[in-house]
Parts: sequence; C-alpha cells; structure tokens
Amino acid sequence: MPRFYGTEIASALMLGTAQYPSPAVLAEAFRRSGAGVATVSVRREAGGERAGADFWALIRQLGVRVLPNTAGCHSVREAVTTAQMARELFDTDWIKLEVIGHSDTLQPDPFGLVEAARILTGEGFRVFPYTTEDVVLAERLLEAGCEVLMPWGAPIGTGLGLTNVYGLRTLRAQFPDVPMVVDAGLGLPSQAAQAMEMGFDAVLLNTAVAKAGDPAAMAEGFARAVEAGRLAREADPMEPRDMAAPSTPVVGKAFLE
Amino acid sequence: MKITVNGAPAEVAATTLAEILDELGYGGAKVATAVNESFVPASARAGLALSPGDRLEIVAPRQGG
Repeated sequence: MPRFYGTEIASALMLGTAQYPSPAVLAEAFRRSGAGVATVSVRREAGGERAGADFWALIRQLGVRVLPNTAGCHSVREAVTTAQMARELFDTDWIKLEVIGHSDTLQPDPFGLVEAARILTGEGFRVFPYTTEDVVLAERLLEAGCEVLMPWGAPIGTGLGLTNVYGLRTLRAQFPDVPMVVDAGLGLPSQAAQAMEMGFDAVLLNTAVAKAGDPAAMAEGFARAVEAGRLAREADPMEPRDMAAPSTPVVGKAFLE
Repeated sequence: MKITVNGAPAEVAATTLAEILDELGYGGAKVATAVNESFVPASARAGLALSPGDRLEIVAPRQGG
C-alpha cells in the first residue's frame, strides 16, 4: 500500500469530497470506496454560518486522513497563505499544492509551483504537488523538498484518462523510488487500473465518482479497479508480442483432415 | 473603522482581530484568518490590531478535490 512521508495508507484510492449530491451520498461513496485519504479545501465563511464545522464533523466520521488543497490559487503568495490557513484548520502538515497557471486547462504553473513548494517545505509542510508529467519539473520539485509527486492524468474534471501514457511511463521510470499519485482527469475505473498497472502508487479522483449517476457504486468500481491494477503490477505482467502464439499445446492435437 | 471582510466592505467597532471576529459572529467558529494576504494564526489574533482599510479573509473547512 502507498506510503507518503512515512505514513502508510490503507488504500491506493484517494477521493475528493466536492460535488456530491448530498452529504449522505458522500459518506456512502467513501464507505464503498475504502479510500484512506480525502481531499478538502478552505473557503470563505460568513459570520454565524458554521458550515465549516458541519463539514468538518462529516469528514471526521469518515475515519480517513485529510489532504487539504490550495485549489484555485494562481499565485505563490495565495497558495502559501492558503496552505498556512489549511494547516491550522485541519491540523495536518500535509498539503496538496496547486498553483494554477492556465484557466482553461487548469494546468499547473511550473515556476510558481516549484517556488511555493520550496517555501512550504521550508516551513515544515509535507507537500503533495499537483504537477504535470514533465520530468524536469519533477526533478525541481524533488530538489525543493517534495517527497511525493502527483502528476495529472488529464486536465481536472475532464474524465479523459491518461492522455500522455508515454510521458507518465517516462516519469515513473525516471524516479522509481518516489511515491507517485495520478491526480486528476480520470473518468473511468479502467483508467485507474491502467495507472496502477503502470506502477503508480495511488490515484486521486473526485468528479468521476461525485458526478456519476450512482456515486457510491462508481466509488466501489474504482476501488476494485485500483486493487486489480495494483495486483497486476505486483504479479509481473507478461511481455506483449506482435505475432500470435498458441496458448493451447500444439502437440497431441487429433489429426482430422 | 471600515475594513474589508471576505471581499465586502464592513464597519467594525472593535480593533483587535479576536474582538472583530466576535463582533462579526465568528465566536468559537472553526475558521482561519489572513490579514492583507498574510496568514494570522489563531494564537496571534488577540494581539493584532487592525487598521482602517485592512483586508481580512476568514475561511473554514470545505469540500475539495
């Protein structure tokens, strides 16, 4: 099972908490997913509103570890301040660091991401950077003190799956000992299985479950796919080949012509 | 004094951040704060006096992906 900053997680499936039709559906989806980590955010609260306390009570009932994000932050300053507020609110030094560089693709700003990662690791944060499959950027993030990488599968919320399999495979091969989570862009369990088969340690998704017609069933679908992919990876898959090779023995076939 | 709270203008009588939070109805709420884009830990709220025009952000736990 994945190990992040010295903490082993019970499942390779990490699940977001946004966009569910209701708190009850969210709780049921988490139960059937077996997810060990839930991503959360910080947002403005009005005086007397107390929505934060209600949401926090719900999350605590799930019995999962929380990974706060800096979603929507476009500058280093904004991301750092958001991370600091999240650390106090959620009482964890884990932070999913997002520094968004492009509003249509929600692609990370690689320069701001590295700068923010360096500041936050210096302040004792355990940074989970939302990044691309770029190996040079990965190297810089590791140099900045990150011990986990979270490359995207596809842009957030698209459900397109692994759009750059070559790039992800290269990234995985370049840093075989770094825990890596494919974060964002997954739409179907088969895509999560594919990521696990490629040797990624975990997957993180939200929309694919929350926006499914039956979120709890989809959560279980992802849980099974992630486990299938993990088992397949550990089982050392066969090498593909171009020419057919009969699986049934040729010797001993009856002569019937 | 006039300050900005979560992007909207607000008039407050209190001066310290802790008192302002009470005045605005956040007493005992699970919130984190930033003043002029810098994080202010809960432990520093009682000792921080705000000035007119300061920008106060008050956030709480929310759903996220």
